[in-house]
Amino acid sequence: MIRSGLLAVLLALATPALADSSLPPAHWADRQLPDAGAEKQAQALMDEIRCLVCQGQSIADSDAELAGDMRDLVRRRIAKGEKPSAIRTWLIARYGSWISYRPTSGPASLPLWLVPLGLLLAGGLLVVRRIKLRGNR
Amino acid sequence: MSKPWRFIPLILLGLVVAGLVWRLSTPADTSVGSKLAGQSVPAFALDPAIAGKPGLASSGLVTGAPHLVNNFASWCVPCRTEAGVLRELKARGVTIEGIAIRDRPGDVARFLARYGDPYDRIGSDPQSAVQIALGSSGVPESFIVDGRGIIRYQHIGPIEAGEVGRILERMEEAK
Repeated sequence: MIRSGLLAVLLALATPALADSSLPPAHWADRQLPDAGAEKQAQALMDEIRCLVCQGQSIADSDAELAGDMRDLVRRRIAKGEKPSAIRTWLIARYGSWISYRPTSGPASLPLWLVPLGLLLAGGLLVVRRIKLRGNR
Repeated sequence: MSKPWRFIPLILLGLVVAGLVWRLSTPADTSVGSKLAGQSVPAFALDPAIAGKPGLASSGLVTGAPHLVNNFASWCVPCRTEAGVLRELKARGVTIEGIAIRDRPGDVARFLARYGDPYDRIGSDPQSAVQIALGSSGVPESFIVDGRGIIRYQHIGPIEAGEVGRILERMEEAK
């Protein structure tokens, strides 16, 4: 009893090791742009930029501070009139195509397009063979 | 079904299991390296992070001699252990410049008073703008920038005591 009470007190007093800064989120991190069209553009881009901290999430979804700073960067630049594609290119120049969820049309993504076609072809051949085998029976 | 074909599912299962065991025993490296290695440092000019020490600008790195640019933060736990290694690098003649990520002057000053201050200049990057411009994904992270302002090397994560030799080599190569 005493032990569990002590444990509860100690747990309540313990301060977690902070992995986040003490600064508030950047201005445009969690604030929509006043211009609806610009905000829509920003949102579409943020949905396709990958968070460096929570690597399975987009920066639009992630709660990481770096993702917040990136949303701020995206909204600021779009508000200044920069094209989303230019911002994406700027980020890719820094972090590689890793940062963008949109598949590129480069040779690296060829298997992505070719494998489904190959599988479809193999499936078709299997079906044709099956039908022929049945016909022979 | 002919005999050898019968084992194909079993072989496939074996391959899948082998793949899982391999990936679990040697997890993939999830760090994302900057693509700017070999290119000029992006232009930036940061205000001083603490009173009494100058801020950091990209133009200040083009001095003819290499610099170690270290991204750190007072709230970053691995930076504490790295601070001792940075002091050793400084003692061995490395010029170290700091970029304090998302930090307050008071917190930076306390951090330096407690863990040592190897920095010649420290710029404050309150919204990670320069961090993102450098293609860096966290703290601590270090870049070796040569005397012409070209990024020659990126070190992700804290520089460990055993890596001092490698950093010194890279600094030498950047001369």
